[in-house]
Amino acid sequence: MTFIDWIAQPINWVFLAVGAAMLVSGLRVVTARNVVHAALYLMAALGASAALFVMLSAEFVALVVVLVYIGAVIVLFLFGIMITRAPTGFDTVLDTKAKRAPAAVVSVILFGVLSYGSLTAFGATEVASGGTGTDTSILAFSLLGRFVVPFEVVGFILLAALVGGITVARRDLTPLEEEERGSV
Amino acid sequence: MDLLVLAAAEVPRAGDGGFWAETAGIMLVSPIVAFLAIIAAGKRLKYQGAEIAIGALALNLVWATVLFVQNMTEGVLHEVTFVIGNVGSGLSFELGWVVDGLSIMMYFLVSLVGLLVFIYAVGYMHGDRRVTWFFAAFSLFAGAMFILVGAPNLIQLIIGWEGVGLASYLLIGFYWEDHENVNAGNKAFMTNKVADIGLILGAILVGVSLGSFSFSDIDVASTAQDPALAGVAVVGGLLLFLGAMGKSAQFPFHIWLPDAMAGPTPVSALMHAATMVTAGIYLMARMFPFYQELAFDIRPWMVAIGAITLFAMGLLALVADDIKKVLAYSTVSQLGYMMTAVAAGGYTAGVFHLFTHAFFKALLFLGAGSVIHAVHSNNMSDMGGLRKFMPTTYTTFVIGSLALAGILPLAGFWSKDEILATLDYEGYTAVMWIAILGAFVTAFYMARAVALTFHGTYKGHGHPHESPRSMTVPLVALAVPSVLVGFLNIPGVQWPGIANFTDWLAVRVVAMGDHHPEGVDLFLAGAGLVAALAGIALGWVIFSPDRDTQRHRDRVEIPLLYPLLRRTYYIDDAALGIVRGTKGPLARTVDWVNTYVIDGIVNGVAAFSLLLGRFVYGGLDQRGIDGFFNGLSAVTDAAGGGVRRLQTGRVQQYAVSFIIGALVLVIVFIVSR
Amino acid sequence: MIANQFLVLAAALFSLGVYGLLVRRNVVLVLLSVELMLAAVNINLVVFEAMLVTPDAVGQVFALFVIAIAAAEVGIGLAIVLMIFRNRQSANIDELDLLRW
Repeated sequence: MTFIDWIAQPINWVFLAVGAAMLVSGLRVVTARNVVHAALYLMAALGASAALFVMLSAEFVALVVVLVYIGAVIVLFLFGIMITRAPTGFDTVLDTKAKRAPAAVVSVILFGVLSYGSLTAFGATEVASGGTGTDTSILAFSLLGRFVVPFEVVGFILLAALVGGITVARRDLTPLEEEERGSV
Repeated sequence: MDLLVLAAAEVPRAGDGGFWAETAGIMLVSPIVAFLAIIAAGKRLKYQGAEIAIGALALNLVWATVLFVQNMTEGVLHEVTFVIGNVGSGLSFELGWVVDGLSIMMYFLVSLVGLLVFIYAVGYMHGDRRVTWFFAAFSLFAGAMFILVGAPNLIQLIIGWEGVGLASYLLIGFYWEDHENVNAGNKAFMTNKVADIGLILGAILVGVSLGSFSFSDIDVASTAQDPALAGVAVVGGLLLFLGAMGKSAQFPFHIWLPDAMAGPTPVSALMHAATMVTAGIYLMARMFPFYQELAFDIRPWMVAIGAITLFAMGLLALVADDIKKVLAYSTVSQLGYMMTAVAAGGYTAGVFHLFTHAFFKALLFLGAGSVIHAVHSNNMSDMGGLRKFMPTTYTTFVIGSLALAGILPLAGFWSKDEILATLDYEGYTAVMWIAILGAFVTAFYMARAVALTFHGTYKGHGHPHESPRSMTVPLVALAVPSVLVGFLNIPGVQWPGIANFTDWLAVRVVAMGDHHPEGVDLFLAGAGLVAALAGIALGWVIFSPDRDTQRHRDRVEIPLLYPLLRRTYYIDDAALGIVRGTKGPLARTVDWVNTYVIDGIVNGVAAFSLLLGRFVYGGLDQRGIDGFFNGLSAVTDAAGGGVRRLQTGRVQQYAVSFIIGALVLVIVFIVSR
Repeated sequence: MIANQFLVLAAALFSLGVYGLLVRRNVVLVLLSVELMLAAVNINLVVFEAMLVTPDAVGQVFALFVIAIAAAEVGIGLAIVLMIFRNRQSANIDELDLLRW
C-alpha cells in the first residue's frame, strides 16, 4: 500500500488530526511550565487516545478512559496540585535545563527502537476500521468470566490503594488540634 | 489403598482406627479455628480467649488419647488425603492427615504437653498486656505443629513447618516494646529461613525425582530401592537434613534457640518440649526409611553434627547465668542426642528420647517460669534458697532435673540408655563415649542449676511465694510422666496387651528396620548411670552452699575454657559478623572485587609493570613490594569510593540507567532475531 | 488503517512520557508523565486487539486493567507526594535522595 492509497482513506485524515493533537498535547505535558496547564494538556492527550479507541472499535474502553481518566484521575491531579499548594508557575529551581539533552537523546533512541521494532514486525498489517465496534457484552462476559479472578484482584488493589492513600495522606492531628476537634 | 494393603502384609499391628482415625483431621483444624475465634471474640471472654485455646487442645487431647490407646492395643494405620490441585507432570498438591505410630505419638505429645502449658499460661500471663493475642498466637503455634506432624506429604509438612516458624517469630518477639526481643525473633526467623531453603530444595528434589511428595510413597520407594530416588538420595538427604538442623537447632544453627528465651516462659516450654524444635527430629524420623535404605552414606556426617551438638552445647549450659539459658542449651544438647540417635539408625531410640524429653523439659521450663514469676528475674544470682518458699516447684524441678540427668528409674535414663545402645550396636563407639560424657555434663549443669536456684540463701528482692494453682497443677501433672514414661520402653519388656513403645512406633507403612536390643545392656546402663551420678556429685560438691554461711560460688573460671564458653565459642559473633557484613566487611569485599574488575585490571597491569620495572632496576626490594600493595590498595580504595557514588539516591538517574539498560536489551533482542 | 500508524504514534507518546519522566523535577509532573506512558501502553493493547480480534476481547480487557491499576497508582502516588510536600515543603524530586550512599 502506497502512501497515496493510505491518505486516500478519509479515516486516516481523522487519524492524522487526532494523532497530531495527541502529540502536541503530549509534548506540552512534558514541557509546560505551569503544572495546572500540564494536567489539562494530559487531559487533551487522553481525550485523543479515547478518540483513537473509538476508531479502533473499542468504544467501551474509550468511555472508561473518558470517565476514569479525564473524569477522575485528572480531577485527582488537580486536587493534588491544589492541596499541596505546589508551585504552579515557573520555578527556577524546578525547571532547569541541565537534564534536557541526555533525556531527549534517550527518548529519541527509545522512539527509534520501538518504531523500528513495530515497523519490521508488523509491516502493513491492516486493522479492522470503524465498523460495528466490540460488543460490550463480550467485555462483560470476559471480565466476569475468564478474567474474573484478576478482576477481583484489581478491585482489591483499588481498595487497598484507597485505604493506603488515606493512611499516607492523612495528617495526624497535633494534640492541640485533637482537643479542639473533641470540644466542638 | 494398595499401599495400605502392602503395609498390612508387612506390619502385623495395623488396625484402621475406625471413626477416630477417619476424623483425626479435626486435630489439625481445631487450633487454627481457635486462633481465628480468639482473634475475633477473645477480648470479650472472661479469660480473654484462653478458654478457647484450652478447649481446642482439650478436644485434640481426646482424639489423640483415643488414637494413642487404639495404637497401643491394635495399632492404627490410616491416611486421608484430598487432592487440592494438580501441579503438572503427574505431581499433585494434596492435603490431609496421616495416622500412624509416629504421628499418633506426636499428636498425643503436642496435645498433652500443649494443654498443660496452656493451663499454666493462664496463671503465668495473668494481667499481661496482650493475653488475648498471646493465646491466639499460641493456638496458631500448636495448630501449625499439628499440621506439620499430620502431614501426609512434604508439601503440607512445609506449610506446617513455616507456620511453626511464623508463630515462633510472633511469640519470641511477644514483648516487642523491647528491641532485644524483636531482634531475638528476627534471629530465630532468619536462622530458620536459611535452613528452610535446604528443606524446600530437598523436598522439590525428592518429590520431583520420585513423582510424588507423599511420605508413604517415599517410604515404599525407599524400601524397594527405587532407582530414581536412590539417584538423589545423597543430595536430597543432605538438603532435608539441613532443614532439620535449622528447626532442631543443630550445630551451627543452634544460635537462635538460646535467644528465643526472649519470649514468655510458656512459649519456651512449648517450643522446647513439643512444638518447634522437635520438628526437625520428626522430619528425620518421618523420612527414616529414606535415610535407612538409600541415604545411608551421609549418616556419619549427621551423627557427627549430632555429637558436636550434644557435647559442645551441653558445656555452654555450664556457664549460663540465666536459668532459661541453662535449660535452652540443655535442650540443644538433648536435641543433639536425638539427632545422633536417629542419624545413627535408631528410629525408636531417637523418637523415644523426644517423647520422654518433652515431658521433663516442659516440666523444667514451667518450673523455671514459676521461679521467674516469683522472683521477677531470670538470673540465677537473684535466686537461691527458694526451696523453702516454693516447695512444689522445688520438688517437681528436682524430679525434672533427675529425669534429664538420666537417673534410674526416671524417664531420661531409659531413653538415654536406648540411644547409647543404638550407638554401640551401629558401631559409633567414639560417639557413644561422647554421649556418656554428655550425660555427665548434663547431670553437672542440672546440679548447678538446682543448687544455685533452690539452695543456700535468697539473694533477690521481695518475698518470693509459691505460684498459683493453675501453675503448680501442670507442674505436678508433668512430673508424673517424667517419672513413669521410661517404663514404656524397657528393652525386652512387653507389657501385657499393649506391647511397648517400640511396637507402637513401628506402626508405619513399611517396616523401619532399625535394631531393637533384646534386653538392657548392663555395662552401658551402668556407664550412663555412673556418669550421671558423677556429674551430680561433682556439681553438688562445687556449687552447693557452704554449711555455715549458706553462700555458694556460682562459677569456676577455668582459664581459656571459661571465656570461650561465655562467648559461646564465638559462633554468635561469627554469625552476626556475616549478617552485618552486608554493611561492613562483606560490602567492602564486594566493593573491592567490583573495583578490581573495573579499574583494578588496568591499574593492576600498570602497577605490575611498575613492579617489573623496579625489579629490573633495583631488584626485588622491600619497598617495591610494599609500594605495589600500597598502590594497589590506594587505587582500589579510591575506585571503591567512586563506585559508591553511583548510589546517588536520585530517582531520575536510576530511571535513566534502567531505561538505557532496557533499551540495550531490546536492541540485542531485535538484532539477534 | 494499518496497525503501525497507531503503534508508532503510541511509541512517540511513550517516548514523550519517558522524556518527561527524566527531565521533570516536580514530582506531580513526573506522575503526569507516567500517565502518558500508560496511555501509550493502552493504545498498544487496543491496537493489538483490533489486529488479532480475540473472542474474549483480551486486549481491551487488559487495557481496562491497566486503567484501573493506573487509577490506584495515581491515588497512592499523590498521597505520597502530599506527605513529602508536607514534611519537606518541596516537590523537587532531586531533593528526595535519602536512599543514597
